[in-house]
Amino acid sequence: MLVSYNWLKDYVNLDLSAAELADKITKSGIEVEIVESLNKGITGVVVGHVLECVQHPNADKLRVCKVDLGEEEPVQIVCGAPNVAAGQKVPVAKVGAVLPGNFKIKKAKLRGEASNGMICSLTELGVEAKLVPKEYSSGIFVMPSDAEIGSDALAYLNLDDYVLELGLTPNRADCLNMLGVAYEVAAILDEELRLPEVQVETSGERASDYVSVTVDAKEDNPYYGAMIIKNITIAPSPLWMQNRLIAAGIRPINNVVDITNYVLLEYGQPLHAFDYDRLGSKEILVRRAKDGEEMVTLDDAKRKLGANHLVITNGEEPVAVAGVMGGATSEVQDNTTTVLLEAAYFEGIRVRAASKDLGLRSEASSRYEKGIDRNRVYDAAYRAASLMAEYAGGEVAEGIVEAGERLVSEGKAEVTKTRINSLLGTEIEAEQISAILKRLRFEFDVQGENYIVTVPTRRPDITIDADLVEEVGRIYGYDRIPTTYLFSEGRPGGLTPYQAARRKVMRYMEGTGLYQAVTYALTTPEKSTAFTFSEEQENVHSIKVSHPMSEERSTLRGTLIPQLLEVLKHNHHRSIDDVGIFEISSVFFAHEQSLSVLPEEKTYLSGALTGLWSIHPWQGEKKKMDFFVVKGILEGLFEELGLQSRISFESKSLPGMHPGRTAVVKLDSIAAGFVGQIHPGTQKDWDLNESYVFELNLDQLLGASVEPTIYQTLPRFPSITRDIAVVVDKNLPAGDLNTVIHEAGGQLLKESSLFDLYEGERMEEGKKSLAFSLKYYDPERTLTDEEVTKAHENILRSLEERFGASLRK
Amino acid sequence: MQDRLQALKEEALLKIEQASDLKALQDVKVSYLGKKGPITEVLKGMGKLSPEERPVVGAYANEVRDAITSALESKVAELEQAVIEEKLKKESIDVTLPGRPVRQGNAHPLTAVIEEIEDLFLTMGFTVAEGPEVETDYYNFEALNLPKDHPARDMQDSFFITEDILLRTQTSPVQARTMEKHHGRGPVKIISPGKVYRRDDDDATHSHQFMQIEGLVVEENVRLSDLKGVLETFAKKMFGEDRKIRLRPSFFPFTEPSVEMDISCFKCGGKGCSICKHTGWIEILGAGMVHPNVLEMAGFDSKKYTGFAFGMGPERIAMLKYGIDDIRHFYTNDLRFLKQFKKA
Repeated sequence: MLVSYNWLKDYVNLDLSAAELADKITKSGIEVEIVESLNKGITGVVVGHVLECVQHPNADKLRVCKVDLGEEEPVQIVCGAPNVAAGQKVPVAKVGAVLPGNFKIKKAKLRGEASNGMICSLTELGVEAKLVPKEYSSGIFVMPSDAEIGSDALAYLNLDDYVLELGLTPNRADCLNMLGVAYEVAAILDEELRLPEVQVETSGERASDYVSVTVDAKEDNPYYGAMIIKNITIAPSPLWMQNRLIAAGIRPINNVVDITNYVLLEYGQPLHAFDYDRLGSKEILVRRAKDGEEMVTLDDAKRKLGANHLVITNGEEPVAVAGVMGGATSEVQDNTTTVLLEAAYFEGIRVRAASKDLGLRSEASSRYEKGIDRNRVYDAAYRAASLMAEYAGGEVAEGIVEAGERLVSEGKAEVTKTRINSLLGTEIEAEQISAILKRLRFEFDVQGENYIVTVPTRRPDITIDADLVEEVGRIYGYDRIPTTYLFSEGRPGGLTPYQAARRKVMRYMEGTGLYQAVTYALTTPEKSTAFTFSEEQENVHSIKVSHPMSEERSTLRGTLIPQLLEVLKHNHHRSIDDVGIFEISSVFFAHEQSLSVLPEEKTYLSGALTGLWSIHPWQGEKKKMDFFVVKGILEGLFEELGLQSRISFESKSLPGMHPGRTAVVKLDSIAAGFVGQIHPGTQKDWDLNESYVFELNLDQLLGASVEPTIYQTLPRFPSITRDIAVVVDKNLPAGDLNTVIHEAGGQLLKESSLFDLYEGERMEEGKKSLAFSLKYYDPERTLTDEEVTKAHENILRSLEERFGASLRK
Repeated sequence: MQDRLQALKEEALLKIEQASDLKALQDVKVSYLGKKGPITEVLKGMGKLSPEERPVVGAYANEVRDAITSALESKVAELEQAVIEEKLKKESIDVTLPGRPVRQGNAHPLTAVIEEIEDLFLTMGFTVAEGPEVETDYYNFEALNLPKDHPARDMQDSFFITEDILLRTQTSPVQARTMEKHHGRGPVKIISPGKVYRRDDDDATHSHQFMQIEGLVVEENVRLSDLKGVLETFAKKMFGEDRKIRLRPSFFPFTEPSVEMDISCFKCGGKGCSICKHTGWIEILGAGMVHPNVLEMAGFDSKKYTGFAFGMGPERIAMLKYGIDDIRHFYTNDLRFLKQFKKA
């Protein structure tokens, strides 16, 4: 809502600047987003009188004018506007004047003729082109003949005004009109409110002799009223009205249309003027449109209507889409003499349906959608009729021809002083509360502690005590509410064990050199299931939103990896090729085709790594990312979580992954994720370098119960370390050997670590050699050589038996 | 004889003095102090001396020997020190060369902001509550006083999956769920961060996915003034001790009264600058007293219990805090962007 500061003065005394007013309105609950000065930096523009206007001797398109600026001598000005003529009063920028854009007017010679100033168009004075009345759109602006020569032209043009742009929340549709804003401002400033005085002199005729009104859709249109104004002369509306419309962002058209728009802005009541003589009947019938029914609207577009839309008809044909736009056939034209003025209450939901389907949003439709004050329909109709009588020469026929219930009853809300103060934390006195309710112009009774408030129909947002608490509080001033500190007893805050563990995981991942990424949950159906590691994930349905913005953001993801690959790609395309990232986010699984319950949500920890893992060039160190880098990161994580002994990695072929370089990660033998290299084919599809990924079900990992840490006595006896190197089949996983080593090593074997792997040419075809360092230790005593030898030999024997291993010589 | 010893001593000390390495010293040692050395030779001739002379010469011979030994030792130490120094000199490095990099990533700036806010409220006795990102219409709207035809639903065009299930448009459903779990008994004191979704076209200031963090307190006798206290504490900790706060009335369907909180601009201190659009104030969050309908729907007696709630956007806070100009940066994850938040 654009509010003209000058216009507002009609209703409320304003002894403060526009900026100060804006600040007060904002503090009291309606945010003033912008205070715009209509003067865009203009000085030195006065009213001039064109005394003489002749063709320029050397230029077809220029005229040489003698203009009286109220000074001793008239000045000569060369003007290029086609509509300039002798006798006009025009805005003139004098020599030395400044126009918007810091455009300075200087003495000039145009094709040999002196020009001492400039006759201005409205756009040159900073008015938006789309708001300039059509007759002046390609020329200078012509002012009323009574404008005083030499006086400041800005005042005539209302360019000394300020416009306050209100950012209205949905509950404050009452301020979508000047009277509503006036009520608000009068309450804030504690000033008197002056409402327009409307007096209509009616002719002897009765409106009901001209038209009948029937509503066939009472739910959509609870009230419809029609007035008849005869003997209208279509002409431009008065300059003050045009100025106010322009300030409010509406282009002036002619007196009748301008008046309906003016009253719309003033009362918030949409009105429509039909050319009565071109209505085609003496009847108004409001009904739902028929499917496929067509009409041409004011903008000359043919509109296809449906049963969802409400139309005004002449009994047969639609003449307007209710609350949205009138029809072309009954449009007010220059020769219109009799106007049928519509003042109706249409339900917002019906107006919204049509405005949405037809793609037409107007000042009227948006007000119906947000709700108007039904009890103001009459006042607005009479206000418009009186203005038409005054400024269009109209004669108003008596009465409003109507259908439906015009008046609705006012609601009640109650509140107590105690409730107000206990909710706000204030100590507002009873007299103050009464004073505030009076400022708001709410009628109320006091019964004991209780205020029983009659809520005016302009404020349907007030229904319960809390609403009244807010009204009292905001007028009292939120800056006067004290600051208190709340202390709950004996309840410390804190993270849950899960939340604390999740933070620990984040810190660990960051410590390994990975950066945390946050990506979008919505993706394509294909990508949403592109990576899986368990059968459970394969038996799910994709979850699509019903109205996606695009296919790219249509489906909830069941894996984080595709979005992480997108991140690698984004960076790769910017030549950032050493990247390690991780993300912790939700993934979604539906176990039914069409959701009847919420889908399953799990938290995954996933990562993607590519390029160099470490680089220290001047010392010649460079390490490429590989499977074991990523595996090492995960092993470190499992150790952090106390899960290392329960985790196993098993080679597995998974979709999108390198078949020989991918492992499923199992926790207690249940798949909990995977790690591996992206399949070269997938890598190419994604336009990536060699990349590695991992994905873990974090809920599963953090949900595993872990034994509390118990201190282990430090060794008091020496340990004995022996190495063992065996030759086995090339395909035998090292992890299997390790398992058997531990089984066979018994109590004494405390640690085993692989320190050598050899598959070179000195090895028999199909064989490899693995060397482990084994550490034996007994916490109770010093081990003997014999004992260790026995255990060691037992291990070798088991390896021979189980895997056909042989001791490497 | 003594003269001879005296000469030997001087001769040896000179050689020691002149020795330039350990080997030369060793030679000196062997040639003067060895079994076949001149001093031994001199001592062998002691027998020819008178008994009176003998002890005197003997003592002197020992004196000479000790002097040579001591000179040798100190020269050895001197040479060894020189060798060490020489070695250290050779070992010296250019300490201005770059060190071996230690890989260290960092949290996403949104996580950093959320954790900072969480930690702040944890110290005020709050706990962190979380809930599903896919929600029912009931928890996302109805339980928050937004019935099906409420005009405010227009404010947040949503991603529906079915008529009744949608991507949550706010983290407030966590409030509704938490209150419900309390079965009408307070106190409730939570902070709930998380992802939310709205049907917005992505541009510099809009994102179809973004973060929210909300707080909720429900207790007996909670007042708007208490909300002011909590928010003031938050603003000072988050944006600086000299921040002032301002509450403005506003509208949210789930609170009544509703407020918006501005803080005095941390850039210009309130004088007016481009960050605060020359108003001196920056809008930070929305808040209010929990609407009685919301309390009642969650099973609380709104006559007995009151509460307040507040909500803010970590993106907005991060953008203000770090001067980020485009919300899409948070979700593009350009490494050059992410790396800037090491000390965040």
